[in-house]
Amino acid sequence: MERKRSLKERLRDWDADAFDLTNEIAGPMHPAPAALPERPKDAEPEDALAAEDFRVLRRAYPILAALLGLMTVVFLLVAVFDLPPFGAAGTPTDNEVALRYVRDGMTETGAVNLVAGVILDYRAFDTLGESHVLFTALVAVLILLLKAEDPAIDDEGTLTLRQDRIVTTAASILVPIIVLFGLYVILNGHLGPGGGFSGGAIIGAGLILYAVAFGFSRLETKLNLGSFRIICLAALWFYSLSKCYSFFCGANGLHTVFSPGTPGRILSAGLILPLNAAVGIVVACTMYGLFSLFQRGKI
Amino acid sequence: MQGFWEQVWNVRIPIAAVLLFAVGFVTLLLHRNLLKKIIGLNIMDTAAYLMLTSFGYIEGRLSPIIQNGNTDPALYGNPLPAGLVLTGIVVSVSVTAVLLALTVRLYARYHSLNLDEIYAMAQKEHGLG
Amino acid sequence: MIAFFVNFPLFSIVLCLLCAVLCALLKGKAARIVSLSLCGVVAVLAFCVLVYGLQTGAATEYPMGHYPHPWGNELRFGIAEPLVALVFAVVMLLCLIGGKQQLDVDLEPGKRNLYYVMCDLVLVSLLALAYTNDVFTGYVFIEICTIASCGLLMIRQIGRTTLAATRYMIFSLIGSGLFLLGVILLYGVTGQLLMPSLKAAIAALWEGGQYRTALLSAMTLMTVGLAIKSGLFPFHLWMPDTYAYSTPASAGILSGLVSKGYSFLLIKLVFGVFGTDVFYGSGVSNVLYVFGALGIIVGSISAAREKDVFRMIAFSSAAQIGYLYFGIGLTPALGMLAAIFHLLTHAVTKPLLFLAAGQLGEAAGGRLRHTWRGAAHRNRTAGLMFSLGAFSMIGIPLTMGFVSKYRFALAAFERPTLLVVTLIVLAVSTVLNAMYFMRVIIGIYTPVPERRTRMTLREQRPFAVSSLLLALLNLSAGVAAQPLVLLLERGLSLL
Repeated sequence: MERKRSLKERLRDWDADAFDLTNEIAGPMHPAPAALPERPKDAEPEDALAAEDFRVLRRAYPILAALLGLMTVVFLLVAVFDLPPFGAAGTPTDNEVALRYVRDGMTETGAVNLVAGVILDYRAFDTLGESHVLFTALVAVLILLLKAEDPAIDDEGTLTLRQDRIVTTAASILVPIIVLFGLYVILNGHLGPGGGFSGGAIIGAGLILYAVAFGFSRLETKLNLGSFRIICLAALWFYSLSKCYSFFCGANGLHTVFSPGTPGRILSAGLILPLNAAVGIVVACTMYGLFSLFQRGKI
Repeated sequence: MQGFWEQVWNVRIPIAAVLLFAVGFVTLLLHRNLLKKIIGLNIMDTAAYLMLTSFGYIEGRLSPIIQNGNTDPALYGNPLPAGLVLTGIVVSVSVTAVLLALTVRLYARYHSLNLDEIYAMAQKEHGLG
Repeated sequence: MIAFFVNFPLFSIVLCLLCAVLCALLKGKAARIVSLSLCGVVAVLAFCVLVYGLQTGAATEYPMGHYPHPWGNELRFGIAEPLVALVFAVVMLLCLIGGKQQLDVDLEPGKRNLYYVMCDLVLVSLLALAYTNDVFTGYVFIEICTIASCGLLMIRQIGRTTLAATRYMIFSLIGSGLFLLGVILLYGVTGQLLMPSLKAAIAALWEGGQYRTALLSAMTLMTVGLAIKSGLFPFHLWMPDTYAYSTPASAGILSGLVSKGYSFLLIKLVFGVFGTDVFYGSGVSNVLYVFGALGIIVGSISAAREKDVFRMIAFSSAAQIGYLYFGIGLTPALGMLAAIFHLLTHAVTKPLLFLAAGQLGEAAGGRLRHTWRGAAHRNRTAGLMFSLGAFSMIGIPLTMGFVSKYRFALAAFERPTLLVVTLIVLAVSTVLNAMYFMRVIIGIYTPVPERRTRMTLREQRPFAVSSLLLALLNLSAGVAAQPLVLLLERGLSLL
């Protein structure tokens, strides 16, 4: 039995690449490849010159890299030295753009939280792209990690904690609170700090905690792949279509059916509340989906 | 000379951001371990967001959430950088997820996280550099 | 009716997003049909926008929402933007059709639809990069493009592609990190993100001599970031593996379109944000010129040394990216025109080469040059198309490649101090191009006694159709280049 190593030793090992956490976590999940395939027969002998180049390059690499890093830092320091002072009023960023967001933001968008007004109304196209970045990442991870449906594969993945009583009890108390808080943050996004992204991340964390404590199969009775997909994709469709409508109306000078309402009310700020909800759904689904994919190769 | 230090103090947050960026960049360049490279990239992103956030702060002003219906522009900070940072964070989360998934794939195949070792093995596998 | 066309950029972007999400729900075959029709519809929409641009003869600023610049996001399109979008959509359609045979083999059964999701997302990011009038929107869609191209690459999962994808992602993310830092610095000194307001603010600051260092650094960072992402020397090292080991359709899309999207964004930035006076007055352009020239030479030499034909074509891509930046760095008028013409040339030619090489590789049963002996006898169409693509790369008259080399030579005369250098670089690269491409062509047409079964035209109908169309595009633009050049000239004046 190996002596337990102190934290300091483990840190030193980690820095020296000797201590490989992935071995402990991912080891059993990925057995070593039996044997790497043989080189193709028609392959020519390795280019000796290229190998020599490579070796020289490898020796010179740390020096070159350090030089490049140093150059970049000096360059950037010179650049930021020229910037306007931090925290002062009247800098270039404190201009007519910020002025209108602050002065007219509440009347124009109906959102008391001006940040929500900026990202979901003034600059909504950015945010539309941003939620699709999440979608893109989810699909990319699906491509990379999705395993074929095979009943032989253990459903519970590898990191299954034994159904520890402390964990399950704590989770059964915490998960409802976490999800409720997430909902509050989403629905309150136009009134105070929060919004779809933060609330969605909180709900996603709640779902992950639930899956860790009770296993995936129990969550799956309520949220299986089919419903997961439909919910997430419906939210994205709603987002794209409603924003397309409002962009179209805006560009052609038409009035939308969404009005800012009375700022401060829960049902106000036009599209911002439903958009926050849609974003929240997308984020929560993505977080849970990513966890589940990394954990066991499927959603 | 005094003007110099005054300006350094004026741009202290951007300078801190650049130093943080340098930490990330050097981590990314010098480490051969993929996980550490990913950590380096994340630090770089964080540095960029730090600099961006600093542009939104104006001393003595409140965060951009309207209080009691008072829309006096001299009361609140600039909401735009906060929104941009929010977008940026989501982007960097997505990118990190993809990179980590790639790492899992590479580890599953070559059983190493060291890019040099992986490269050598890939070379052996396919014969050509 | 034509006035309604102004909405089509918005519609094409939203349509791509909707289709991408829809494809995630569909089965592989249905997703393929949706994506192919999407490319077609987007091409038609882009054509309509082009008609609109020609009709009005001015650039249109299209607010995304109720707020104009500098407050809300905007799109902006004149003539060049829809033209580039049109070419992107058409080439993507032809890539997906032409690579069908290999796609059927390379795509895992359960993940076919995901490939088309990624294609739709690449298309939407290219459209957004072409149409956007906001630098931060540019950043967001650059990231979508990066992740989606990684997906296109990873769909063929052999060890080599995973490694290539990791490298590609790391290079790309350094690039986008620098771009973001540039945007942030620019925002810090101007307080603007929309291109027209930025341009005005930059011009005013430059005149007044304020924040010059910061402006210059921001400009450099954005330029370098985009250059890394499109693979300019010395950041081209991710290219060969990335292009050479992916399925031919992906290789075509990645080399022909994705890197061009970034370059087009840079061209837009030069005209729409930095302003030609500042960009060419500050010397950033000279850096691009030097690295472009080095990229042309180094890329061509690496290609000539390469034994793997796919990697050879990929290195030749590095050289072509060099041309693009070489032109951008040369002069604002003719140099830029040559660069943008070359952008279209390469977008049409490189996919043709990759698709044909994929077919020839299949016929030859290998990737190395010496295994390709006589391959053209086994697959005549692919041999013919490969030769045509190679001729266009070399710059033989009647092809588009010739016209773009000619435009580069014309541009050289606009800057007499660099005339000799420019012409020497052009000549050397042409000779090198001819050397390594002719070697392959002679190889594949060498008669061989042993004849394996020939591919019939029927088996490769999708490839034949798409490569024929690509070749026709290439030849028609090569023979009748003048209208296209005039169109681009007008487009550049509106950027």
